[in-house]
Amino acid sequence: MISAGVLGAVFNLNHSAHVVHWHFFQMSVANIVLIVCMLLVFALAILLPFPGSRRRAGRP
Amino acid sequence: MSVAPAKPSWTARTREAAVAALPPEKLLPDSQPTYVASWIYIFGVASIASLMVIIGSGVILSLKGPAWWHDTSIGHFFNSIHLWAVELFFFAMVVHLWGKYWMAAWRGGRTRVWITGAVTFLVAVPTALTGYVSQQNFDAQWIATQAKDGLNSVGVGAFFNVTNFGQMYSYHVLLLPVAVSALVVAHVLLVRRHGVVPPFPLAAEWPRAGESENAKTPGLTGVEGVSSDADGASS
Repeated sequence: MISAGVLGAVFNLNHSAHVVHWHFFQMSVANIVLIVCMLLVFALAILLPFPGSRRRAGRP
Repeated sequence: MSVAPAKPSWTARTREAAVAALPPEKLLPDSQPTYVASWIYIFGVASIASLMVIIGSGVILSLKGPAWWHDTSIGHFFNSIHLWAVELFFFAMVVHLWGKYWMAAWRGGRTRVWITGAVTFLVAVPTALTGYVSQQNFDAQWIATQAKDGLNSVGVGAFFNVTNFGQMYSYHVLLLPVAVSALVVAHVLLVRRHGVVPPFPLAAEWPRAGESENAKTPGLTGVEGVSSDADGASS
C-alpha cells in the first residue's frame, strides 16, 4: 500500500500554485490539466464503443 | 332520486394528473433506445451518483462539525470524500453538459429538460462556493475575501455576505442543496417524460423544405422510451 509520504514526495503541494499567464489569459496549471482531462474524456466517450452496443444495434 | 357523483378529492386529482403525465412504464421503463448504449450517456448518471456521495458525506460533516473535520483523521477522510465527490460531480456534469449541447438536447419538446439541467449547473456553482467559504480555515478566508470583491464588483454584494460564516453555512447545508436536489429530481422526471434525446439523423435523412423535422427523424417517433412529437408539443 502506498503511504502518504510516498504520495507526498510524488505530488509536492507545499508551494504556491503554478500559473500560466499569457496576455489576458491567466489560469493555474491544475485547472488547465483538469480542463484538458475533461476534453480528453469527452472525446473518448464519443469515440470508444460501449460494451454490447453492436449486439443491441443488431437486435430485431 | 339520483345522487350526484362525488367530486374527486384533491389527492385523487393529483394522482390522476401525475399518472397521466408520467405513467409507470415511462417513469421506470424496461428498456432504453439502442442509441443510449454510448459512453456519452454515462455522465448524467455519474453526476447523480456523485451528488449522492456529496449529500451523504455532507450530512456526516454537518453532524460532526468543524472541529471534527479539521482535527481528526476520520474527519479529514470524510472532508476529502466530500471535496473529491464535488470535483467528480462538476467533472461529470460539465462533460454531460457538453455532450447534450452538441446533441442539441432541447430538440423534440425537451426545452424544459435542457433548462433544468443548465440551471442545475448554475445553482451548483454557488453551492460549491459556499462550501469553500465554510471550511473554517485560512483557505476559506482567502476565498471569501476574493469572492466578496468579485461579488461587490458586479453589484450583488449587498444581498449576501460571503465573509459571514453563519450565513454561508446555512446556504451551503440547506438552501442551495435543496435547490440543487429539487432541480435534479425535476430534470430526471422530465427526461423520463420526454425520453433521452436521440442523435442527429444522417444528412440524407434531413427533412426537405416544407417537411416537419420530426417526420423524418427516426429517433423522435416510434422508438421505445422516446416521446412522440405530440407529447413534446404538449410540454
